[in-house]
Amino acid sequence: MAKVIIYPINSLILSDLVERFGHKPLAMMEKIKEKVNTVGVDSPPLNITAVEPKMGLKYAAVEVPAGVRGRMAIVGPMIDEAEAAIIVNEASMAFGCMGCARTNELTKYLIRQKNIPILEAEYPRSEEEGQEFVYKIAEFLRSLSTEERT
Amino acid sequence: MRADKQVKVALVSCGSEYAGVQGELEKVTSSVNAKLIFPEIDIASLDTIGRDFGIEAASPDLRLMMARAQAVVEGIADVDGVFITSCFRCAEAAIVRNEVRRYINKHSNIPVISYSFTERTTAATLMTRMEALTTIARRKHLLAREKQTGLTAGIDSGSTTTKAVIMKDNNIIGQGWVPTIKVIDSATEAFNLALEEAGVKAEEVQGIGTTGYGRFLVGEHFKAQLVQEEITVNSKGAVYLANKQKGSATVIDIGGMDNKAISVEDGIPGMFTMGGICAGASGRFLDMTAKRLGVEITELGALAVKGMQEKVDMNSYCIVFGIQSLVNSLAKGARPEDVAAAACHSVVEQIFEQQLQEVDVKEPLILVGGSSLIEGVPKALSSLLKIDVLVPPNSHLIGAVGSALLASGFVEE
Repeated sequence: MAKVIIYPINSLILSDLVERFGHKPLAMMEKIKEKVNTVGVDSPPLNITAVEPKMGLKYAAVEVPAGVRGRMAIVGPMIDEAEAAIIVNEASMAFGCMGCARTNELTKYLIRQKNIPILEAEYPRSEEEGQEFVYKIAEFLRSLSTEERT
Repeated sequence: MRADKQVKVALVSCGSEYAGVQGELEKVTSSVNAKLIFPEIDIASLDTIGRDFGIEAASPDLRLMMARAQAVVEGIADVDGVFITSCFRCAEAAIVRNEVRRYINKHSNIPVISYSFTERTTAATLMTRMEALTTIARRKHLLAREKQTGLTAGIDSGSTTTKAVIMKDNNIIGQGWVPTIKVIDSATEAFNLALEEAGVKAEEVQGIGTTGYGRFLVGEHFKAQLVQEEITVNSKGAVYLANKQKGSATVIDIGGMDNKAISVEDGIPGMFTMGGICAGASGRFLDMTAKRLGVEITELGALAVKGMQEKVDMNSYCIVFGIQSLVNSLAKGARPEDVAAAACHSVVEQIFEQQLQEVDVKEPLILVGGSSLIEGVPKALSSLLKIDVLVPPNSHLIGAVGSALLASGFVEE
């Protein structure tokens, strides 16, 4: 089982695919769930306090807006933890999105800098492309299991 | 205040919940008995909003911001006010925030405030703005008051000076103006001076209104009927003193600690900004300039009018650098009058660059606050904007007069 970071970081479809092939998806939903369920922090809706933008300084300089650093405080540790990555470019918003274009740029950059298996795929625009898209991802995820076995 | 109806404020932001400020936003809205609402939108509209609105922003959350603004304008979201906010230092968000603010202002009568936050933004920083937003939303009838009636007092506990007036039947009959040292002591001193000049006793005063930074403390001490932030009070006071209560006007208040630029319609504030990145853009810089030139602050204006600002290179973007330019120019042999003129121009230039871009300047332009009495300031503002600047009589008493005027509404109630 590999820890696979997905991009868009909150894509339910990608997260589900990773899980179906026996790997652990590193996705936003899980982290937000942890935040929301943290007892004692009261900053609804996400329970992100001024501490997170400071933690985000590990990934982005102080000149970078607080919203980017707050997001990176959650996404950054997932990138650190990742053993593989799937990046889907030009995805429709319904497929998943992080909201902030600057965070997206930084997230993709940091993933690409890691020496881990990465699959980059374009978001499909037709049924045919869709089938090819799922096939590619399935192949990639299977290959991770093989790599693990060897 | 708590007995007033709860005000619904639409939060139009690109992710304040990720920036660590959401708790502070919730805190400030609840302290003014308001509630933040996230306007509902159709998710499909996010794909087309860029073209519909006109800005094809790269960030999906900025598209969400535009879609939420559209929901407010179209009445899909039932709200009383709008708070537009985005991260400080984000260029794309700054463009969208400004255009969204203009869009709501143009297509609705809903009051709007806009603010760029950092993770250090606190509820206290936003208090005056949010208080003004909710006041405009819930107390329009009070702000529509054009005449002072009965015997009322107004106390403006500012960061640098405390002002008090006694008004009777639409006339100022007593006034006091003292430096702010201890908030309550200074307010008492100013109030007593005003009472003495008016020849009335404190017990005879039918209503008291307080404003300024010390408004809560002073209001509690004097059991004031009206405790109100400076934006609504000063705009009311400005149009009242300038006799421009009907129609459009722009009010600029250069205070000791911050500046306000407010666009007013029939005496009710519309768009407004509170700012001053640094004390260099405030009355404090003029105060320091006067001290360095060895003149009283009351003499600085007359000196500035005689000078030519073009002869001195000064940028008071930061008060420390501003004083450095001042010292350097004096060391190079600059004339004090030119330095005084440059200081006035520098303060005004910053108000123009930082604040007037966010407020549609409509004539008459009414300049108020203690700094308006420094003749070089209205002169510099007029030459920069190429329009006449109106400084009403008693312009330094604006907050106190506005408070006394609005407090008379409570006497009648």
